[in-house]
Amino acid sequence: MMRLTLRVWRQPGPDARGEFRTYIANGVSEHMSFLEMLDVVNEDLLVRGDEPIAFDHDCREGICGSCALMINGLPHGPKRATTACQLHMRSFRDGDTITVEPWRARAFPVLRDLIVDRSAFDRIIASGGFVSAPTGSAQDANAILVSKDRSDLAMDAAACIGCGACVAACPNGSAILFTSAKVAHLGLLPQGQPERDRRVLGMVRQMDLEEFGGCTLFEECEAACPKEISVENIARMNRDVLRATLRDRGQVPVEVAGG
Amino acid sequence: MNRLFALWGTTVGKKVAMAATGIILILFLVSHMISNVLIFRNPEHLDSYAAWLRSLGPALWIARGGLLAAVVVHVIAAYQLTLLARRARPVAYARHEYQVATYASRTMRWGGLLLLVFIIFHILHFTTGTFHPDFRPGEVGRNVVIGFQVTPVAVFYVVVMLFLGLHLSHGIWSAFQTFGLNHPSYNRSRRLLAWGLAILVAGGLATIPAAAILGYLK
Ligand code: HEM
Ligand code: FES
Repeated sequence: MMRLTLRVWRQPGPDARGEFRTYIANGVSEHMSFLEMLDVVNEDLLVRGDEPIAFDHDCREGICGSCALMINGLPHGPKRATTACQLHMRSFRDGDTITVEPWRARAFPVLRDLIVDRSAFDRIIASGGFVSAPTGSAQDANAILVSKDRSDLAMDAAACIGCGACVAACPNGSAILFTSAKVAHLGLLPQGQPERDRRVLGMVRQMDLEEFGGCTLFEECEAACPKEISVENIARMNRDVLRATLRDRGQVPVEVAGG
Repeated sequence: MNRLFALWGTTVGKKVAMAATGIILILFLVSHMISNVLIFRNPEHLDSYAAWLRSLGPALWIARGGLLAAVVVHVIAAYQLTLLARRARPVAYARHEYQVATYASRTMRWGGLLLLVFIIFHILHFTTGTFHPDFRPGEVGRNVVIGFQVTPVAVFYVVVMLFLGLHLSHGIWSAFQTFGLNHPSYNRSRRLLAWGLAILVAGGLATIPAAAILGYLK
């Protein structure tokens, strides 16, 4: 059993002033996940009549991307390729002080304590617009051939769970890794070709409108990503932006795109 | 033209502008370095090189205008991207750890600002002679030798070249990414090219003030 000191950001509402408060977590098992440890702290707070710490979570198995927590200065804590919900307390030592903060970005306003509003990501996805798909009778399963290399790369990009760790880790507060993963997973596949140019221009435009920063290629995003999305996707997106800019005939305003 | 402005309007496009102007400046620096180290053969060598440059007439002014434009675009984009980055994170973390960001990548902004100050100083030092103790137009080799006898100035040049090397090592690496070039098959060569060019250009240029500090350039 471990005894930990937690410094947690508490903020009652979006416009309220926040501050760090210190809590002692007693009887923490090394087998607990980070969220389970917070659950224990919250039970304690409830018993004492205090407000429990608000934090986002859903699947608790590393696939939904809700558990956005900055733990000791690292998104999702110290373990590589691991979400906060999958982070075990054995990554810490008895007596440690752990600082827990929300993601910090203008585009991710704090709603309460550790919960931020990540709907800017949804708007970036929506601005990619539609993908045209054949309707009518189902075509043969293998009518569209995709090479193994391509489908692997597309799957790697599609592994993005939209947790926002890339933005949180980036010194510029850039959402370029997220956006590029979303651009790549369709752009790499034959089904994504018809709207490819329009999609990348629309999504980059929305990314900027949401007031995320630009990319300096610190590569902190890749290191922080629980799904190990590669910065290669950013190069791929830059290439797509250049190509779309060259090919643009100005016939389809980007604004038309919208899902 | 419209599509260029549309591109410039995005953070991705501003990086494209920085990478393109950066490459122009690197090409200049390579030629600048090669012509300057000729001073070690004999200082008058620089005089005849400078005389040849001036004999080009309008071409020289076009080149100067191009370089100036490249610096201006590069600096404006750097400034705007810096503001956007600041704006994107209004509340700082109480604790924020770097995992992989290199020193070179983290000094792009302050190092770039140092380069800007240096470029202005450098022109006032050796082109107009404003900051030179005993400037004689046309006697380039002699002006360099005498200019670098002022040790603090020579030290300043060496320090700036150190930061130029850092700027280039990350800048060249990053410019590939900006143009969409990032692939495991050549990333090793890309890293080697970035460091190789950085060391060649910055190291080559630094040998001149360094030689003066050590007393080899008189
Ligand atoms: C001596 C000539 C210079 C050269 C050869 C040069 C070259 C480069 C290159 C190749 C890049 C990479 C662009 C990319 O990532 O695509 C870059 C980035 C950068 N440069 Fe320069 N540069 C020079 C001078 C300057 C000056 C005078 C400043 C600022 C006042 C500056 C500020 C920056 C900044 C801030 C970045 C990073 C931008 C970002 O990624 O956010 N540079 N430079
Ligand atoms: S709670 Fe779903 S990824 Fe952590």
